[in-house]
Amino acid sequence: MSRSRADEEEYWHSSKCRAFTFDDEDDELCQLKESKRAVNSLRDIVDDDEDELEKVSWSGEPVGSISWSIKETASSSTSSLEGRDSSLQKGSSSNAALPKQVSSYSLSSLFKGRNKLPSLQSLSDALSDTGVKNYAPELRRPKAEYKDYSSDWSPKDTVRRMQRGKVCSLERFRSLQDKLVLLDEAVAGHDGNVITAVLIFLKRTLRREILFRELEERQVALCHLIHFLKETGEQKMLLDLLRFLDRTEEVALSQYREHLNIQDVEKRREFLKGCIGLPFSPEDISHIQDHYTLLERQIIIEANDRHLETAGQSEIFRKYPRKASILNMPLVTTLFYSCFYHYTEAEGTFSSPTNLKKTFKIPDKQYVLTALAARAKLRAWEDVDALFTTKNWLGYTKKKAPIGFHRVVEILQRNNAPVQVLQEYVRLVEDVETRLNLATKYKCHDVVIDVSPCCVSEEKGQKPAFSPQLSHANLPPCAWWGLLIPESWENFQLWKCPLRSDVCWFCCLSRRTGI
Amino acid sequence: MASTARRDVPEPPDFGILKRLARDQLIYLLEQLPGRKDLFIEADLMSPLDRIANVSILKQHEVDKLYKVESRPARPLVLSADIVNADKMSGRSRKYKIIFSPQKFYACEMVLEEEGVFGDVTCDEWSFYLLPLDEDIISMELPEFFRDYFLEGDHRWINSVARALQLLNSLYGPFSRAYGIGRCAKMCYELWRELEEESEGDSQGRKPEIGNIFLMDRDTDYVTALCSQMVYEGLVDDTFRIKCGSVDFGPEVTSSDKSIKVLLNAQDKVFSQIRNEHFSSVFGFLSQKSRNLQAQYDRRRGMDIKQMKNFVSQELKGLKQEHRLLSLHIGACESIMKKKTKQDFQEMIKAEHSLLEGFDIRESTSFIEEHIDRQVSPIESLRLMCLLSITENGLNPKDYRSLKTQYLQSYGPEHLLTFHNLKRIGLLTEQAAGETLTAVESRVSKLVTDRAAGKITDAFNSLARKSNFRAISKKLGLIPRLDGEYDLKMPRDMAYVFSGAYTPLSCKIIEQVLERRGWQGLEEVLRLLNGTEFSEAGSRTVLAVFLGGCTCSEMAALRFLGRERGCRFIFLTTAVTSSGRLMEAMAETRA
Repeated sequence: MSRSRADEEEYWHSSKCRAFTFDDEDDELCQLKESKRAVNSLRDIVDDDEDELEKVSWSGEPVGSISWSIKETASSSTSSLEGRDSSLQKGSSSNAALPKQVSSYSLSSLFKGRNKLPSLQSLSDALSDTGVKNYAPELRRPKAEYKDYSSDWSPKDTVRRMQRGKVCSLERFRSLQDKLVLLDEAVAGHDGNVITAVLIFLKRTLRREILFRELEERQVALCHLIHFLKETGEQKMLLDLLRFLDRTEEVALSQYREHLNIQDVEKRREFLKGCIGLPFSPEDISHIQDHYTLLERQIIIEANDRHLETAGQSEIFRKYPRKASILNMPLVTTLFYSCFYHYTEAEGTFSSPTNLKKTFKIPDKQYVLTALAARAKLRAWEDVDALFTTKNWLGYTKKKAPIGFHRVVEILQRNNAPVQVLQEYVRLVEDVETRLNLATKYKCHDVVIDVSPCCVSEEKGQKPAFSPQLSHANLPPCAWWGLLIPESWENFQLWKCPLRSDVCWFCCLSRRTGI
Repeated sequence: MASTARRDVPEPPDFGILKRLARDQLIYLLEQLPGRKDLFIEADLMSPLDRIANVSILKQHEVDKLYKVESRPARPLVLSADIVNADKMSGRSRKYKIIFSPQKFYACEMVLEEEGVFGDVTCDEWSFYLLPLDEDIISMELPEFFRDYFLEGDHRWINSVARALQLLNSLYGPFSRAYGIGRCAKMCYELWRELEEESEGDSQGRKPEIGNIFLMDRDTDYVTALCSQMVYEGLVDDTFRIKCGSVDFGPEVTSSDKSIKVLLNAQDKVFSQIRNEHFSSVFGFLSQKSRNLQAQYDRRRGMDIKQMKNFVSQELKGLKQEHRLLSLHIGACESIMKKKTKQDFQEMIKAEHSLLEGFDIRESTSFIEEHIDRQVSPIESLRLMCLLSITENGLNPKDYRSLKTQYLQSYGPEHLLTFHNLKRIGLLTEQAAGETLTAVESRVSKLVTDRAAGKITDAFNSLARKSNFRAISKKLGLIPRLDGEYDLKMPRDMAYVFSGAYTPLSCKIIEQVLERRGWQGLEEVLRLLNGTEFSEAGSRTVLAVFLGGCTCSEMAALRFLGRERGCRFIFLTTAVTSSGRLMEAMAETRA
């Protein structure tokens, strides 16, 4: 940790971690391509018959696999499925509305089973000669439900029996003391299944406050109850429990979580409005507030734009029909949308990008990135230009970006910007190394020519070996200022000028001295 | 990579028996319900089931139709109760059986009772704990383990692990030595011991095929799981998602219009040679291989009829097979390259390495920020933030707030819940005021904390803890010293799996403990078992148990270690995992 900056530099220069790169079309990829060609050329010899290939259905599953077969059932027997499907659907939708109250089931019946010993005759004979039987007899027959005749198991034995999947009656544990001993034994047994089973029993036979009070001391059991309530969807009891424990933030979060299940946007908006008053941490309250405001905005924008789109009056909507609604999208996506469809709107309108920027305090960097992507997508190059142009107090214009210009270039390139546009921004990339790379990559030849004389020339025919981490600070002052002649020029052979060509002292110097 | 490898690495035991056991038990269960029947299978169980049985086996046992039950939005159990109730309403009479795998929970019976179908259905368990994915990988196929235990603190799967250990012990043991680290590891171990004591052990005196076991909790080392994988198998997993040991290669890989499902295991002659290699050495290998193939095909030029006949009948089949595999893996490499190049992979790796070493934290932070601002994959952004947090022992409050705000703006405000989860589990935390980076406690003790007996007072952070990554890294020398170039083609240590920049912590711990035969000498020692009565012989096969998941990189690193030290690692994992899967387990989005 105390390594100096030089070490660090050395680290990044060393070949250790740069043994290969994904970026360059380097030898290895060429190699790969070659191999591919070679292998493909063999195809005509090989592909005369397909019998070696795995039989694969149209969807790509190997024929005969279970997933494949299921798809087959789905497509071939739709008619027979329909009845079941609809019942399934009905079932699941009605289920969503099912109240999950504590029912009055009896636990004794729950843990009572039929005495049904499995017969072993039907087991395929193949097994008997494997010798497995001797090692793992339990495996041969699934755990059947045994009847438990004795009711005098100690708490420890009860837990132990339950761990083995045997049925035990818990009704016997009536005093609080007994119940708690049972619970502690279950926890000590490390089996979550049993812990939960005991908790289900306690939940049914103890008043909430008493259960909660006892659980406060027993964190492991508490975790299990909370998880159980979450899984079974007993939200009310969960909230009561969390309130009892004074975990107010969790109360708020678990209520907020419910919005995920509300499909209707209006209802969701209303619900979120209600969430604003919940006891979140101060930092989160603003997030919730923003969530609400965002959805409110989206509803307005959506209604408006849907109208515009169907009316067919607006050119942009005609030219670029919306692919999806903006409802429930993240803020950045909304900003992109608004930069795409509503870029020129005045700040007063809800859908204008500047309004969004202000309302949600979107940082400059984020704003520029998103606006750039949106305008570039529309190929509105003047807008792109305007995005980076600033005027100083003397009236001179200058290009400035809160993100690196290499990023700008990348985004423009991805949107198929013409070379003239690209070139302009490639020129603005600070780091010469990157600039040259980008220029070469995107064929901005003018820039390449601009850059090249700035660099100390290489020996003829040698591939340039650049060290990208080199920055201004690493050049010795002599080279930096062009004042002193370095002791040995060889050291600078591979270095390149960090500054732009027009102001580069080093280059002037090197040209003068003819290197 | 073979030069330093020892020749006396033990062969892995035959795990085919596990498959047979599972299949036979499934058949037995099907026969319990004689006559024609329909089978509803939960979506998550599909792929594992595919590895055990096929349609013809099911058909043989009178399974008529197969249906896939999506576990979302309704839970499958409630869904099946709905089916039963719907049938009852329409006066239909059928028999129902619910088969739970790997085990039935009491809470499930409660649901059946509440839904009013208890008694209408019979229940059974299919004790399908162990799915051998490869000659040295056994998966429990419990991806939910990670969230259930580490986030929710639910101990429900501990019993399953203990039973799995019992089964493995009975088939391949006895395990003479056990090491472990982490609270869950200890509980699994204890429960397993208890099971062993109860059952009359007839395995005594047998020569064990697996002599040592090492149990490890995932939260011992999140860092390794969060790093971008660089070995071929890891990259394939990160890019295409290996599911139950097989992968779907889409049209971009197969260069045709169809997808191909490929089993990736030691049987694949090409894959088995490149799976553990650093990605950069894979190209060379593949091109060499294709040249050889070409040469072998070319041989047929000068052949007379008889030789040709021989060639066609004996060699052609093998060559074709190899050709097919080769073109698939070349296609996969190309596809990986394309994707990575698009994603500024180079820059990302650089940021990751600086995080691991603790340099240029500012720069890496702004890299992550830009990643978020550009709405690049939400999972990747989350992963990088977690890596930053763990290596730095939490983010400083200012960064935490600003990254969180930007994240919510880019990917949706509901991720507030995701952040809450990550904080609880300790993957993404905020430093308390006044806590500085330099105040890192330089003890490894935290690493080997065993809190099984201790009371957890702070419930909110009950499972979270400080990582002290930097201190541990220094102590164990996880960042290799740099002398000259790190030759990724001839790696000298496990760090090669991360381009020579970082030795996976989890694997380093295993190495150290096995080397010392215990925790002594490692400053703070956790000894879960005093290894009494162990026999020297036959203990060179180690069962490495990863509770909460194991990544391909970790497997590659340990396989490397095994080759160096002449031992064999068998991996038992609750599921093969990756940074993406870990992050997805924490993400809260609408269903």
